[in-house]
Amino acid sequence: MTALGPDFVQFSLTPILIGILAAIACALPGNFLILRRQALIGDAISHVVLPGIVAAFLITGSLAAIPMLLGAAGAAIMAVILIEAIKRLGRIEPGAAMGVTFTALFAAGVLLLEQSDTSSVHLDVEHALMGNLESLVWLEAEGWASLIDPAALAMLPPELARIAAVAAFVSVLLIVFWRPLAIATFDEPFAATLGLPTALIGFALVVVSAIAAVAAFDAVGSIIVIAMFICPPAAARLMTDRLHIQVWWSVAFASLAAILGYVFAGYGPLWFGVENAVSAAGMIATVSGLILALACLFGPRRTRTGRPGETAA
Amino acid sequence: MTHPALELAARDGRHISGADLADSPLAVRGLTVSYGQKPAVFSLDATFPAEAMSAIVGPNGAGKSTMLKAALGIVPRLSGEVTVFGRPVEKARDRIAYVPQRASVDWDFPTTAIDVVLMGLYRDLSLLGWVRTRHIEAARAALDRVGMADFAGRQIGQLSGGQQQRVFLARALAQNADLYLLDEPFAGVDAATERAIIDVLKSLKAERRSVIAVHHDLATVPDYFDHVLLINVRRIAEGPVADVFTAENLQATYGGRLATAHLGQLVPASAPRTT
Amino acid sequence: MSGLLDALLLSAGYNAALVAIGAALLGFAAGAAGTFLFLRKRALVSDAVAHATLPGVALAFIAMVAAGASGRDLLGLLAGSALSATLGLLAVGWITRTTRLSEDAAIGAVLSVFFGFGVVLLTVIQTMSAGRQAGLESFLLGSTAGMLFADAAVIAVGGAMTVAATYLLRRPMTVVAFDPDYARAAGYDVARIDLAMMGLVMAVTVIGLKVVGLILIVAMLIIPAVTGRFWTERSEHVLWIASLTGAASGYVGAAISATAPALPTGPIIVLVATGFFVVSLFLAPVRGVAAALVRHRRFQHRVHLRQGLLALARAEPIHDRFTLATLARAGLIRPDGVATEAGRAQAAKAARDEHRWDAARRIHQDTALTGRYDGLTPIEAVFTADEIAEFDRLIEGPRIVAASEPVGAR
Repeated sequence: MTALGPDFVQFSLTPILIGILAAIACALPGNFLILRRQALIGDAISHVVLPGIVAAFLITGSLAAIPMLLGAAGAAIMAVILIEAIKRLGRIEPGAAMGVTFTALFAAGVLLLEQSDTSSVHLDVEHALMGNLESLVWLEAEGWASLIDPAALAMLPPELARIAAVAAFVSVLLIVFWRPLAIATFDEPFAATLGLPTALIGFALVVVSAIAAVAAFDAVGSIIVIAMFICPPAAARLMTDRLHIQVWWSVAFASLAAILGYVFAGYGPLWFGVENAVSAAGMIATVSGLILALACLFGPRRTRTGRPGETAA
Repeated sequence: MTHPALELAARDGRHISGADLADSPLAVRGLTVSYGQKPAVFSLDATFPAEAMSAIVGPNGAGKSTMLKAALGIVPRLSGEVTVFGRPVEKARDRIAYVPQRASVDWDFPTTAIDVVLMGLYRDLSLLGWVRTRHIEAARAALDRVGMADFAGRQIGQLSGGQQQRVFLARALAQNADLYLLDEPFAGVDAATERAIIDVLKSLKAERRSVIAVHHDLATVPDYFDHVLLINVRRIAEGPVADVFTAENLQATYGGRLATAHLGQLVPASAPRTT
Repeated sequence: MSGLLDALLLSAGYNAALVAIGAALLGFAAGAAGTFLFLRKRALVSDAVAHATLPGVALAFIAMVAAGASGRDLLGLLAGSALSATLGLLAVGWITRTTRLSEDAAIGAVLSVFFGFGVVLLTVIQTMSAGRQAGLESFLLGSTAGMLFADAAVIAVGGAMTVAATYLLRRPMTVVAFDPDYARAAGYDVARIDLAMMGLVMAVTVIGLKVVGLILIVAMLIIPAVTGRFWTERSEHVLWIASLTGAASGYVGAAISATAPALPTGPIIVLVATGFFVVSLFLAPVRGVAAALVRHRRFQHRVHLRQGLLALARAEPIHDRFTLATLARAGLIRPDGVATEAGRAQAAKAARDEHRWDAARRIHQDTALTGRYDGLTPIEAVFTADEIAEFDRLIEGPRIVAASEPVGAR
């Protein structure tokens, strides 16, 4: 079985793992974003990540990961605050407020990019948009045995540890704050009468989404992150009427999209007789879209239940 | 030498002693709430009696729901104080249960009837508490009390309007509160549901809890309630139903909207009703 | 600076002039089409449409190359983009109609999946023949360098046609945007009108791909429309202001970017539009922040003043500090909280007015008048002097026994 031999461990294992973890980290908060009709905040966050990393680069002068990620996270949080401010101050509907904010910030990011001295260091816009999952390989591995070899493990791509940590963080938060999140999402006035800090809960959800987006964008690029926020949870929503089961489905769909997407991107062209691979991130998004399409066509709970009172007593 | 108008005003003034406030499940002073540039509720005073069923009555747009929401702190108030059993409402949340108008939720939300009732047990469960048998039993008991025990596993969008209303009432029952605030609990429900709900509310009163409901149907006020607040942006009148629910006060509340014949049906001049 | 002036006067070179005019027309069209999108509360559908153009562009390229053409023919690429954008739009509608997913989820799904597929196709093209792809990536962020006259002509003609169509359809689109149920009941074909609106958005998007790129065309569809909203409550005026702001942003932005090589056209245009937005957000007299703050303070002042006067009239203690401060500033109470002469007089009037309203409700069965009571509207604004005198007679009539002075003596 050469398909799963040492080549696989060297070239495919870590990208697939990173892809799965990135997808899950985004899909988990995505469940609640969709239920709160805030799905497009992921769109907004993904676009402002670019100005964030450009600003970080201009300030620190380095392309190291941590400053980049801090810059992106800072930009995401600033964008969220700006959106809220514009919504309230200008009394503008949320979609338009988001649209104004993230397009303006994105334009600023592109401008800064062109202005900065990129002759010495190359900040690739396309990389930021589309990621580089295929290059997160584990060349030091020699086969499956390397999984228990501390020396080889030390040479794992750092992106893996980062995204694993973030995915774990997001999962833990979701478990701990499950109840307030569910109640505040379902019936916000009722949650307020219970004394739950509904505004804080909403803000925290968006901040956690921003953190997941920033961690994932490193691997799959910012635009694709939106697909991960929305498609697996949306497909899951059409499968069940229980919230916790919906979350499990979203994890399953996210993992499936990551695995199949990577495989099709890497090996698919070979089936067509073409040597080069295509974009893994793009293919993951496409596969998640196909899963969603299938759910829209065949999901057991896909239809609306209708307006209240219309069903038989 | 006082101006005659000031004399009249002094008659209006209500001087409530501290003892009254501590007993009253809900007392409101000078409450003003506005959306934009028009007050929905202006300088409202009201003191509700304990262990009674009270109605808040007035025309559409009169500020009834707004008053409840401002009292609960769900909408911000421009001025005024709200006390629940003598304490600020923020400190008395564990004694209040709220049944909102049904419109605000997403009926496709992945939650079943019993899930909704369990949300009412949040205080008990808090963040990480495991849902134990006693919680499930308490939830089922609440559903049973409203006649929805057989529908525990149904997704809420699959229920009729009346059934949904009962589930939200069950959620409030699960909270085991001393004060129940309901916003138009009988609006848009079938007769059987209305009977079921009023039975539950009366049993709450028998358990020495207080019930305050925004009520839309004038014809049933004397049957269901002991105490009534008539409101049209400001307090028009407040007190026991027998004293306050008069043609004159209703006319003042609703303006010209009540035909006098209809009014005669609502307020027969004979013996006071018992509830 | 002289470079900027030259650019603004269209004397900075052939290419610069073309870009400026093209950008102005594009901005005008985008402001117009975007206004209805915004009024219809569907601003971010434009993001889905824009991102959904990518697979179409790539497939058109592949098709043209396969057919032996150069693969860079603008019209061909734009035709492809329009096709896939249309598919994306239909997908958004289908998801929203047939499933329980809400529109924002549908938009986000279409946006990301179509774009992802487009990215896959771009990498396919990359492998097909290295270097050929460079032209397509310019559609992401726009690239106006070396714009041909033919390109500018496409933009100009397309932009003008879009604007004309928007102007002709503005009335039905406004009715549908404001209240689609009413429009349906009144006989408008809401589905067709919505389609027309999205068609205009699509046209603007496709035309704008070359100038600002697909990611930033969304900015031109949203920002001028929102900017226009701050200045007026009338939708026809929003349309004009949005269009003109969009055009100005396009023209000025293109001029600025012509003055230096490192200033890419798309982002500069968007940032100019954002500048207009920020100024409007704060300073617009109708809905700007400054104006709203002033209005709110005045309103608070009125409310607290009146509540304070009523409390004074009833001899109730006032606890609210803002009320006390308002009364003190108006000279109605002394620092120790006791009412001044003026305060007592105004308090008396406030109390009397409340009784007059009670009397009004008893006498007038007409809620058009009594319904105007909101605590702040002066009774003189609603009733005539002799009507108010009638109320006074009712108040001071024989039923009132508590007055310590004979009626009429002051």
